[in-house]
Amino acid sequence: MNPRIVSALVLRYLYLYGRTPMRLIELIFWPIVELLIWGYLGMYLKEHAGAAIPTIVGHLLGGIILWDVIFRAQQGVAISFLEDVWTRNLLNVFVAPVRNMEYLAATFIIGFFRILVTVTMLSVISFSLYQFSVFEMNWAILPFFGNLLVTGWALGMISTALILRWGQAAESLAWAVPFFIQPFTAVVYPVAMIKPEWVQYVAKALPSTHVFEGMREMLTHHTFNWTHFFWACGLNVVFLGVAGWIFSSTLNTTRKRGLLTKFATQ
Amino acid sequence: MSAADREVILEANDLTREFDGVTVLDRFNFKLHKGEVLGLLGANGAGKTTAMNMLLGLTTPTSGTIRAFGMDFVKHRLEVLKRANFSSAYTSLPNNLLVWQNLTVFAKIYGVPNVKQKITELLELFEIADLRKRVTGQLSAGESTRLNLCKALLNDPELLLLDEPTASLDPDIADKVRKTIRKVQKERGISILYTSHLMKDIEEVCDRVIFLHKGKIVAEGSPEEIVKKADAASLEEVFIKIARSGDLAAAEGASASN
Repeated sequence: MNPRIVSALVLRYLYLYGRTPMRLIELIFWPIVELLIWGYLGMYLKEHAGAAIPTIVGHLLGGIILWDVIFRAQQGVAISFLEDVWTRNLLNVFVAPVRNMEYLAATFIIGFFRILVTVTMLSVISFSLYQFSVFEMNWAILPFFGNLLVTGWALGMISTALILRWGQAAESLAWAVPFFIQPFTAVVYPVAMIKPEWVQYVAKALPSTHVFEGMREMLTHHTFNWTHFFWACGLNVVFLGVAGWIFSSTLNTTRKRGLLTKFATQ
Repeated sequence: MSAADREVILEANDLTREFDGVTVLDRFNFKLHKGEVLGLLGANGAGKTTAMNMLLGLTTPTSGTIRAFGMDFVKHRLEVLKRANFSSAYTSLPNNLLVWQNLTVFAKIYGVPNVKQKITELLELFEIADLRKRVTGQLSAGESTRLNLCKALLNDPELLLLDEPTASLDPDIADKVRKTIRKVQKERGISILYTSHLMKDIEEVCDRVIFLHKGKIVAEGSPEEIVKKADAASLEEVFIKIARSGDLAAAEGASASN
């Protein structure tokens, strides 16, 4: 992998965000709306069932902020790819000496920048309005963050592969794919709540579920659950490998079927 | 030194492509020599875009091989692409970036030294230096085409693939673009594979042309040789005859009977 090429591709996205600040709205507006809704709901529940669930606000806000790590990382990959499609620039990139991994690495880095913007802003707002600090998770925030970042990248590669496979008609998948897993990954409720029970096995097969379970344990008992951590890491290795394979094989199939040019110039 | 004695920069051997059982390119063979401009001609659906896409690595051949700079293209794709470049009327650079930003990104991808100097040099060459700070999406078709060509020359390519570079340009700009391409090509000894539907382009720019019809080569030679062989008045006439009758022999016959 050539860092010069990766940095050139990252520079392109930075120029883009610098030139079109309206794009930053999606990094700010929707996450704030979501945080406010869940934050106020949490306050309401705390007031009426506070004794029963003393950490409800933390669970909801922590879940929402960490969910945004997955979503922004996934968007970093999928939307960056779509930017090239929308601007008919895809062929210029694919006929340049750019490896698939370099292209993906640039989108991973952009995903990371997007997360920094969103999570910083949400953390400040949640502390100001609800006195909830993500630092209540102490150092555990780092492995939680890292694992969700990788899950987001994997989902981003899968989203991009689906768009490559079905063309621009499927571009709404760039926004939809993370929500395929959201109900089952126990973002704001424990896995035990998921019914029927066999679906809990599906939930536990997702790396992000172990992060959210670990987060709740950290906020409630102030203990870091290493079992959840190792499960999250192991499953992420599998997820990333499978997603990378799906992306590469879809790209190869698109080339074999001669669809890449049609797709890039339509 | 004759063209045939010069180093072969790009060659296709029995390149074949089928889509859903239909052969759109059938055992396509050619050699592009150093410093040569080879035109790829044919009516819509003749197979030239498919050939171009395979030569760029965008479409996988069903069978056959491509060699560039003496290397197998599939195995050494990145090494080849570092020494080559591409411009098409059907692609564009990101329209929301400024002209200099787009060129800077691609200059960095290709590892161009002295990026600013190179960009200035190319913008001046194509007479668009005043557009440096313009938004790419606000450029006219002619300006956009010239910007694409600036991008294509950033890495001083030894091999250039140009897909209808003058499509949708007015005659004045098309003439300027042709002359600039020819000037740069001669000065730097670039090998160019050129597709166009404008026979004026081909006559002015190409040393040799290949006519494709339904995926097969039906004529090959210099524009003058082909016009003479087909007993036609112009390359455009040959183009129309081949498009309607299928091969040069039939074109000759058609010409004789007219």
